[in-house]
Amino acid sequence: MITLLNCFSIAAISAGAFFFFTGTVGLLRFPDPLTRLHALTKADNLGLGLVALGLMPRAESTLSAFKLIVIWLLVLLSSASTAQLIGRALRRGRK
Amino acid sequence: MTPSVLAGLVGAVLVGLGLYGLILHPHPLRKLLAFNLIGSGVFLIFGIVARRGAGAGLRFDPVPQAMVITGIVVAFAASALAVALILRLSAETSRVTLDPDARKSRNGEDAK
Amino acid sequence: MSLLPYLDIGLAVLIVAVAIWTIAAPDLFAAVVGYVAYGLLLAFVWIRLYAPDVALTEAAVGGGVTGVVLITAGKRLGALKNIAPEVQPGLPFKILTGVLAALVASAVCGAILMLPEPPPSLAPEAAAAASGAGAGLGNPITAVLMSYRSFDTMLEKIVLILAVIGVWSVSTDKAWGGAPPPFRQPKPYAPMVFLAQLLAPVGILIGIHIFWTGANAPGGAFQGGALLAAMWMITMMARLLEPPRVDAQWLRLALVAGPAVFLITGLTGEFVAGSFFAYPPSLAKPIILFIEAFMLLSIAAALPMLVAGPPSERPDQ
Repeated sequence: MITLLNCFSIAAISAGAFFFFTGTVGLLRFPDPLTRLHALTKADNLGLGLVALGLMPRAESTLSAFKLIVIWLLVLLSSASTAQLIGRALRRGRK
Repeated sequence: MTPSVLAGLVGAVLVGLGLYGLILHPHPLRKLLAFNLIGSGVFLIFGIVARRGAGAGLRFDPVPQAMVITGIVVAFAASALAVALILRLSAETSRVTLDPDARKSRNGEDAK
Repeated sequence: MSLLPYLDIGLAVLIVAVAIWTIAAPDLFAAVVGYVAYGLLLAFVWIRLYAPDVALTEAAVGGGVTGVVLITAGKRLGALKNIAPEVQPGLPFKILTGVLAALVASAVCGAILMLPEPPPSLAPEAAAAASGAGAGLGNPITAVLMSYRSFDTMLEKIVLILAVIGVWSVSTDKAWGGAPPPFRQPKPYAPMVFLAQLLAPVGILIGIHIFWTGANAPGGAFQGGALLAAMWMITMMARLLEPPRVDAQWLRLALVAGPAVFLITGLTGEFVAGSFFAYPPSLAKPIILFIEAFMLLSIAAALPMLVAGPPSERPDQ
């Protein structure tokens, strides 16, 4: 049972790391700022969610595991809003 | 090489980099960035002193760490004051420089 | 086989690289963004040095609030019309400065490699302060900040207020007493308003929670205060609130409350517990939390005022 949870953690965290990696590749390789923004937000939200999911079995208590989910939700909220704001600034031609 | 020695060497390199940028850049905001780099390098050195002072059942020495917390807040306050001064100076002289020979622009208007 | 030494070396190389980018970037805005990223990476180093409270403060104040101030300054300076072209110094001067910087860096490196063994430490005194404070403060850093070196912390709060006074006094004479300029353009933008309305209540709750658990776990008044300040700033950025007038009574009361309560408690310690800034042993933890609550209020009021800047002239004044 314990090793099954460990395997699950390793799989989830590796998948999350893979998404972070692809998001970074998109940031470096996409031609346009808007496409780079898309790569960053989509890949990093999913990557953080998978990492949080993988860390949940290793938390000390249910409250700590719940806090990990809350962290993920807060990052979702702020990165989505920030992407909208950056997108508007890009569309208006500002920096 | 323990993490604390590595962090201390990084702090020393940051102090040198910050000093280089502080002396060399003519733009006041970049001087402020370099100054903050020097400050954080010094805080890192405090941090390794705290890490090395482990004892009495703790993994670190709390006194330098409390000083670093105080220092980070004070460094922010100083940066905010410096930014206010830079903005006011550039609004008055219409130039972004610390050169004392800067004058107002020809038609005398305030740039904002 | 441990990966940690390689991670440490990788982190160190990354931090030095981002610092070099901050110094050498050609564009001002790129340098400011590099500095914000550098501040957030530094929080990792603090975690590796077993300093979670410092990591929290670095991420919140050093990376977050300082980043807001510098980005706002970079944006306003970049919008100026008549900027003179910067006179870059010549190559011999650059080489001389490089030699000086290398000398200073190597001197500090030498000092670090020659640090005394066994390392001196104030940990026993700090642990005594932590265990002596009534019901026991589980976080030794809070014990050091509020009990062992309480006078330093009070002086630091006063430094914050001096900085606010300094920022306010930079305004023009005609604008004195007014309000700082609003944070953004006149039309409130829906995603920003959405973010502020959703994030602010949660952020206030988390900020107060971080302050409250700072007695026993990593946290404290500074970190919680930085979060509360960020929530006020985000509502001001969404134009749901405006920066208050500089001569508002409630603002000045909020700013002064922290150090005033601190000082009064220290002075009464003279009569109640024997010496300046001593706490009676049975009441130490409640008194410390009481002082920290007012410190929280002052920090949450002072940081946004430092970011908002000096009062400006309004057309209707």
